Amino acid sequence: MAKARKIPEIAKKPSSFCPGCGHGIAIRLITECLEEMGQDTNVMFGIGVGCSSLLGGVLETDRLHCLHGRAGAVCTGMKRVSPNQMVVSYQGDGDAYSIGIGETTSAAYRNENISVFVVNNTNYGMTGGQMSNTTLPGQKTTTSVLGRDCAITGSPIKFPELVSDQFNVAYAARGAVTTPAEINKTKKYIKEALTAQLNGEGYSVVEILSACPTNWGMTPLQSVEHIHTKVVEHFPLGEYKTREAK
Amino acid sequence: MGEMIKGNHAIAEAAVRFGARLYAGYPITPSTEIMEYISWRMPEVGGAFVQAESEIAGINMVIGGAACGVRSFTASSGPGISLKQEGITQLYDEELAAVIINVVRYGNGIGTLYSAQCDYLRETRGGGNGDYRPIVLCPSSIQEAVDLLGVAFDLSEKYRTVAVLMTEGALGQMMEPCDLPEFIEPKRYPWGFDGKYSYKKVGIFERDSMKEAVAMNEKNAVIKENEQRWADVDVEDADYVFVSFGLPGRSTEGAVEELRKAGHKVGIIRPITAWPFPEKAFEKVNPNVKGFISVEANATGQMVEDVALTVKKKFSDNKPVYSLAYVYGIPEMEKIQKDYEKIAAGEIKEVF
Repeated sequence: MAKARKIPEIAKKPSSFCPGCGHGIAIRLITECLEEMGQDTNVMFGIGVGCSSLLGGVLETDRLHCLHGRAGAVCTGMKRVSPNQMVVSYQGDGDAYSIGIGETTSAAYRNENISVFVVNNTNYGMTGGQMSNTTLPGQKTTTSVLGRDCAITGSPIKFPELVSDQFNVAYAARGAVTTPAEINKTKKYIKEALTAQLNGEGYSVVEILSACPTNWGMTPLQSVEHIHTKVVEHFPLGEYKTREAK
Repeated sequence: MGEMIKGNHAIAEAAVRFGARLYAGYPITPSTEIMEYISWRMPEVGGAFVQAESEIAGINMVIGGAACGVRSFTASSGPGISLKQEGITQLYDEELAAVIINVVRYGNGIGTLYSAQCDYLRETRGGGNGDYRPIVLCPSSIQEAVDLLGVAFDLSEKYRTVAVLMTEGALGQMMEPCDLPEFIEPKRYPWGFDGKYSYKKVGIFERDSMKEAVAMNEKNAVIKENEQRWADVDVEDADYVFVSFGLPGRSTEGAVEELRKAGHKVGIIRPITAWPFPEKAFEKVNPNVKGFISVEANATGQMVEDVALTVKKKFSDNKPVYSLAYVYGIPEMEKIQKDYEKIAAGEIKEVF
């Protein structure tokens, strides 16, 4: 018989994410890992702007709602004065990879000892579905109504690949919160990322592919199918940089 | 009397001694020596120094340090301070204590490297979105800059607000004898993050902006009542009273001394807090004063607006207010004296 998983103490408040959205699962996984590691009462969050803003109403923990895109810098400041606490940034793809690409990349470049979780739903969810740096080629959004033209807007940015290839980071992976199997894998990635920080190994990032049924104009099940068939073509799942200490 | 020291170095050393333990910033003339000094000094005392990738990142790192209740500060100038505005209004909104040092340089846009006071209105009104008032302290000597830096940290923490040390390019670059403060033990304030959620926070969607506005106005009223600072000379019997801060204020003090020797009944109010503006300083001014003269290093005359508002409030007979805006640099005493004579002779008209 299936056993109900205990709701983490720091994430017991109800959230207001759309039906079928992956944010709730991502938050649940991060807080489960923190609790299992005994770090749920030794953590501070930098929360991004966008749908991730809603996390501010969920978490019962030290948290700062950062200015749009700046969590990488805010978390740097927190960690530099709090080396014994866990510092976690929680952002979306628009926050981390568009307006915050400077702060996100520079924190990775310095190999800051923080853990960064980026929920990638290939669009700006909170403002109603505009194109982001992760929008798929041809994907229709409210600012790419004929479908994304990569010739003039660039191609989807692959952050875990970028930092694992170019920078000296401790851990980089991409997971999805679509099926129980993928959720379990993503939880393992999240725990690896947090463990890297706990051991002082340096920067860790997990990008989490999430459905956005509201802005994709799909049902939750269609959205999951879309991730498995289309999104992963551009954003392959797996670990890009594994921990050396392992 | 202390050793000779460069203004920017004195500020940097004093910050360390006052217990600041996080600095993050980006180099920009004429503030850079603060960062250079801190880059090696902060690690010596176990503090954090980050050379940020941008001014924006720098102020956001300060937000991170301040959120943990650690004395955190940054320094910049001109367009660098412009880039930090979003972070400064965020610090204020989160009621985080932090000190911003603006080593003011002249100009709009990318600006120039001239020493100036052109950021008066921005600093005193709060340059970011929303409506807020940082405490703004403006020194006229290196010793005063060091002393006011301590005041800035204390007041920012007492009122949980942003304090700006509004110094000037020339003050950062010049050398003077200066007594540095004793070391104080760095603190970590209980309202800062400790990872245990000891200090509870209202959820972002449970905030009540109406209540917060009332509380903010109450806080501002207390600061206005208790924290006005200024120096004054010979205002009780003056026919004309100068109002000038920072290095031009120091030059004007000298001009007032010379004018008095020559038999002119003049005095000076030198604001030390630009916000709150020292309205109380005007209470002991000769009720029959003929006019007030604002002396500033900017193009348009900025503080003169605060002088005029205060004069309107404190005197009932519509006293004239004159503006001597010398654009940039430090006006020479002689220049101020000559322009005073033009004002007294009716050759320079009042602006308010």
